[in-house]
Amino acid sequence: MFDQPESFETVDGRTIGGVMMEMKNITLRFGGVVAIQDISFDIREGEIRAIIGPNGAGKSSMLNVISGFYNPQEGEVWYKGELRPSMKPFEVARQGIARTFQNIALFEGMSVLDNVMTGRLNHMKAGILSQALWYGNAQREETENREVVERVIDFLEIQDIRKTPVSRLPYGLKKRVELARALAADPKLLLLDEPMAGMNVEEKEDMSRFILDVNDEFGTTIALIEHDMSVVMDISDRVVVMDYGKKIGDGTPKDVRSNKAVIDAYLGVAHD
Amino acid sequence: MLPDQFLFGVEVMLNGLMAGVLYALVALGFVLIFKASGIFNYAQGVMALFGALTLVGIMDGQVPFAHLINAIFGTDVHHFGWHVPAFLSILLVMVVMVGLAWCVQHFIFRHLVGQEPIILFMATIGLAYFMEGFGDLMWNSEIKKLDIGIPQGGSIWIEEATSFLGGSNFYGFFIDKLEIVASVVAIVLVIILVAFAQYTKQGRAMRAVADDHQAALSVGISLSFIWVLVWSLAGFVALVAGIMWGAKSGVQFSLSLIALKALPVLMLGGFTSIPGAIVGGLIVGVGEKIFEFLIGAPFLGGATENWFAYMLALVFLVFRPQGLFGEKIIERV
Repeated sequence: MFDQPESFETVDGRTIGGVMMEMKNITLRFGGVVAIQDISFDIREGEIRAIIGPNGAGKSSMLNVISGFYNPQEGEVWYKGELRPSMKPFEVARQGIARTFQNIALFEGMSVLDNVMTGRLNHMKAGILSQALWYGNAQREETENREVVERVIDFLEIQDIRKTPVSRLPYGLKKRVELARALAADPKLLLLDEPMAGMNVEEKEDMSRFILDVNDEFGTTIALIEHDMSVVMDISDRVVVMDYGKKIGDGTPKDVRSNKAVIDAYLGVAHD
Repeated sequence: MLPDQFLFGVEVMLNGLMAGVLYALVALGFVLIFKASGIFNYAQGVMALFGALTLVGIMDGQVPFAHLINAIFGTDVHHFGWHVPAFLSILLVMVVMVGLAWCVQHFIFRHLVGQEPIILFMATIGLAYFMEGFGDLMWNSEIKKLDIGIPQGGSIWIEEATSFLGGSNFYGFFIDKLEIVASVVAIVLVIILVAFAQYTKQGRAMRAVADDHQAALSVGISLSFIWVLVWSLAGFVALVAGIMWGAKSGVQFSLSLIALKALPVLMLGGFTSIPGAIVGGLIVGVGEKIFEFLIGAPFLGGATENWFAYMLALVFLVFRPQGLFGEKIIERV
């Protein structure tokens, strides 16, 4: 076992708990390309953890490792104090890790409501026979899960588009629906891949507010990747900085901002 | 009293509707698999044949692979000597179809995830020929009679009820009871399938997988489970189609060719729509009968039923390539 750091309180009164997920010496290669090189960091319960870095730094790859879409060649992933064996993405999802995608992966042909309902799939236990006959458990479950989904829909203020097919929605709303689907799963850990990419200032502010609210009201642990430095510095508790597949900084936004390696990576540095 | 020619036309149309239901049953199997996995399953017709063959084999107590066993061991076995009741046999064949679905997923498509559609299509062609040969080896290639107790022959009741419509030489509409049963079964099947896809957990997961694989994985759906489920459903539909066609014209290997008629049905109805498969089937069934009656037989020397459906599909391809109910393909620029 690794050392459990003490839980502590943040300035705004939220409690950050012990380590929920720990990445140990992760290395990921695609053929000869090293996407992630020997990176270790942890995610603590209840915090908002950001991973930042310039283009091609390996941020998305890291998120894909956490969510099981990639399996690293070296290193260990510890989740809730246990070493996680190599898993398929759907198995990771069943462990309570939900995610969104950088270029939105929604079920375009379905309504918003149906999309969010798919987030509840793993909470529905009725057997296939009961499902087929629409009898007993199946019916009760559908009602219960529908209630959860309606709460999420209210929370994210997308009531008025519940019945709209997703393909008709504008980009910003699609992003919000994707967040709703992930939230509906009632995740322990929520992974957001560039939740604000391609948004205008107003949409960014909305999204930031939702992320903070989710963390605050449901106590959901959130790990996110973001390009926009100012947003990240505003909403996250701790930040990992990556560059060329390596970790170059890790700490509170204040620490990271004054880190020389980070400034070099972002502003560029003269090599002589 | 109505003119005989008109009444005969109506009868032709009714028979067309019934034939259309049988086309629709085959088309339905295609749509299920295409929607959920993007695979155009060329083997759907052979699956119907295989289901029907296995059903007859189990009911008659045939020894599977009898030829092979006899050739290797010099024995002369062909029947176990028992007869299994129809209902139990159908249940057993369903189990076989699920097993088949698992094998198809496990040995073929699991290894082809993310491949081009044309490669998946080629794989189903291979599967079709394999299954045809396998079915032959397992149950031999004789034409078999399938009798699971579906009533057959013209419905006297309908004939008597409608005979007043015409003159003294009109005896009422002739409609085969088997085709009435087939229609009822098809309607029930469609209602069940639509309800399953729309209102159940697995149905929702199925639609999710059809839409986006990555997103489906991220909400915890196992792709291989869903694919086995879909192939099983397609297997059931194939079995129903096989039973109906088998009861109508005997279980024979030309059964796998009816799958080809499902192609124009799908082009009309759209490859992604369950109601489309039904309506497409009915249009093809009625269309080819009426065309033969009005134009084919009097002016073109008959036998237009063989090609009418394809011509209709061609016309549709020109004017409405996505079919009647297919999702419209809009490219955003």
